[in-house]
Amino acid sequence: MFSHAKIETNTALLLVLALLTVAIGGIVEIIPLYTIETTIERVQGVRPYSPLELVGRNIYIREGCYLCHSQQIHPFRDEVERYGHYSLAAESMYDHPFQWGSKRTGPDLARVGGKYSNEWHVAHMVQPRSVVPESIMPGYPFLLDRTVNASDIAQHLRAVRKVGVPYTDEMIENARADIDVQQNPDADTTDFAKRYPKAVVGAFDGNPARLTEMDALVAYLQVLGTMVDFSAVTPQQLKQ
Amino acid sequence: MPTKIEKDSVTGQNTTGHEWDGIKELNTPLPTWWLYVLYATVLWSIGQFVLYPSIPGVRTYFSGVLGYSAREELVQKMQAAADQKAPFLDRIRQASLADIRKTPELLGYAVAGGRVAFAENCAGCHQSGGAGAKGYPSLADDEWLWGGNLAEIERTIRYGIRSAHPDSRTSLMPRFGLDGVLERDKIDDAAEFVLSLSNRATNADAAKRGATVYAENCAACHGNAGAGQRELGAPNLADGIWIYGGDKASIVKVIAESRNGVMPAWTDRLDPAVIKMLTVYVHALGGGE
Ligand code: HEC
Ligand code: HEC
Ligand code: HEC
Repeated sequence: MFSHAKIETNTALLLVLALLTVAIGGIVEIIPLYTIETTIERVQGVRPYSPLELVGRNIYIREGCYLCHSQQIHPFRDEVERYGHYSLAAESMYDHPFQWGSKRTGPDLARVGGKYSNEWHVAHMVQPRSVVPESIMPGYPFLLDRTVNASDIAQHLRAVRKVGVPYTDEMIENARADIDVQQNPDADTTDFAKRYPKAVVGAFDGNPARLTEMDALVAYLQVLGTMVDFSAVTPQQLKQ
Repeated sequence: MPTKIEKDSVTGQNTTGHEWDGIKELNTPLPTWWLYVLYATVLWSIGQFVLYPSIPGVRTYFSGVLGYSAREELVQKMQAAADQKAPFLDRIRQASLADIRKTPELLGYAVAGGRVAFAENCAGCHQSGGAGAKGYPSLADDEWLWGGNLAEIERTIRYGIRSAHPDSRTSLMPRFGLDGVLERDKIDDAAEFVLSLSNRATNADAAKRGATVYAENCAACHGNAGAGQRELGAPNLADGIWIYGGDKASIVKVIAESRNGVMPAWTDRLDPAVIKMLTVYVHALGGGE
């Protein structure tokens, strides 16, 4: 007969049964996300991050910006009127891990790209109160002093490719060079722009001679939410 | 483990029959009200399962009897809000900027709507009320870089200044120092001349020498007397109003490195009616022409 005592006094059996029980929940909740066709919207424009943006994203994570900022505009009227079109799953499909966040001490950043100039971002990162007097965001002035060591960027792209981001061999081969191209307004950007359409190119921190963490972070902020052209998205594509 | 259910003499309840190191546990039944609440929530959840999207399948999912979708609900809510605002917004869309300005009812609406949009989109740079900050011009004074009538303001807001938009306003002041166009002492002289335009030169001789440097290098954009030129967004240098600071060090820095402020384009981010309201709002801040 079934007995508690049998399970509770046999560690191995308890472990196996507990695992089985939890697995059922996981299977039911997770597997359909891979098979249901509308989980990730089929919209055009979402591309892997450029190498410089990817470095910036890592700094965003390192500094814990997600603790105060979400990157997820919910489909509610107040959010859509303030921040723009609600976020799509497709827009974070190359994020590992995603930066949706759950705390909004500051505003949502899902569509902050293009909202400000590079100069503004730099001034704001160095001392938020220089541009937003009532801000309670901490300053990150040291980002201007820290240079980026990007010698391992190709391996980094390769690692992200392993978890499903479609970086091509060409992108990986040019990863190091693409970093320099993106933060130099005088560089030849033809090939770079083909690989990473809509990437913002510029001397983000004002000095193209030095590759700083500020360059990377601002490049990342400037691309947020700009990849999908919503004027070309049909309601059919957004159906879930 | 002995499993012997006993009656506890103190409470009169049965024990569970389990015993660990001499510790036994009472098997007190759950309060009835609590149990009924539990049953009610279970029933409620079944209702939710039936009415709302719930059970996943392989290619699709059971979308619920109500066919509810948060995205569709949003479309309806946005439509309802648009309908509610339509009587005014349609008039704003159709009216010319000048007519909005002339019609008190529309003006009030546009200024109120513009104020809200300004707080969200513009105040980070131009500060609340358009007061301006270092690097970001005041929009509340009579001094305009590119033009202060309704049409010029609207154009600035739509396409930005030195923005990525193809119709953006553009012009670049050269980097006289960084690019080696002028020697350090020439820059210093030019700065003294610029200071002299507002009667603040610290060295009359240098200012005099600077007049030549200015005539050769700067007047084409800033005008002979420093009055500026709106086609190029070149500021008036004689009026005591400064974007980047009016002390000598700031002026030397601008001449040597140039600044070329960037304002984003808003035409792809904001509704045309909102841009019109912003235009009227900025115009009404004090300096509208
Ligand atoms: C302690 C919470 C906090 C942290 C941590 C924080 N922020 Fe903020 N952030 C804010 C607040 C509050 C605001 C709104 C006031 C302002 O604009 O400064 C803000 C505003 C912003 C804005 C402007 C958004 C807009 O639409 O106006 C950006 C961009 C931004 N933060 C980026 C970052 C980045 C990048 C980091 C990490 C390096 C970061 N923040 C870390 C609180 C925070
Ligand atoms: C990223 C910062 C930034 C934001 C955000 C911004 N502006 Fe500007 N704006 C500027 C800068 C910098 C200039 C001056 C550019 C120059 O030097 O020519 C400017 C200039 C202007 C001018 C022209 C002023 C003149 O004297 O001709 C107007 C009008 C204006 N902004 C309105 C707006 C409005 C309305 C918004 C919000 C929708 C806005 N700006 C948002 C930075 C910004
Ligand atoms: C190609 C046109 C052009 C030339 C030539 C030029 N400027 Fe400028 N200048 C501008 C523009 C445009 C701005 C505004 C930049 C901005 O708004 O960011 C400006 C800004 C300035 C400012 C800052 C004004 C303020 O309000 O803070 C000073 C000072 C100045 N110029 C001085 C000079 C001097 C001195 C020379 C000659 C050595 C010179 N400029 C040559 C176009 C020019």
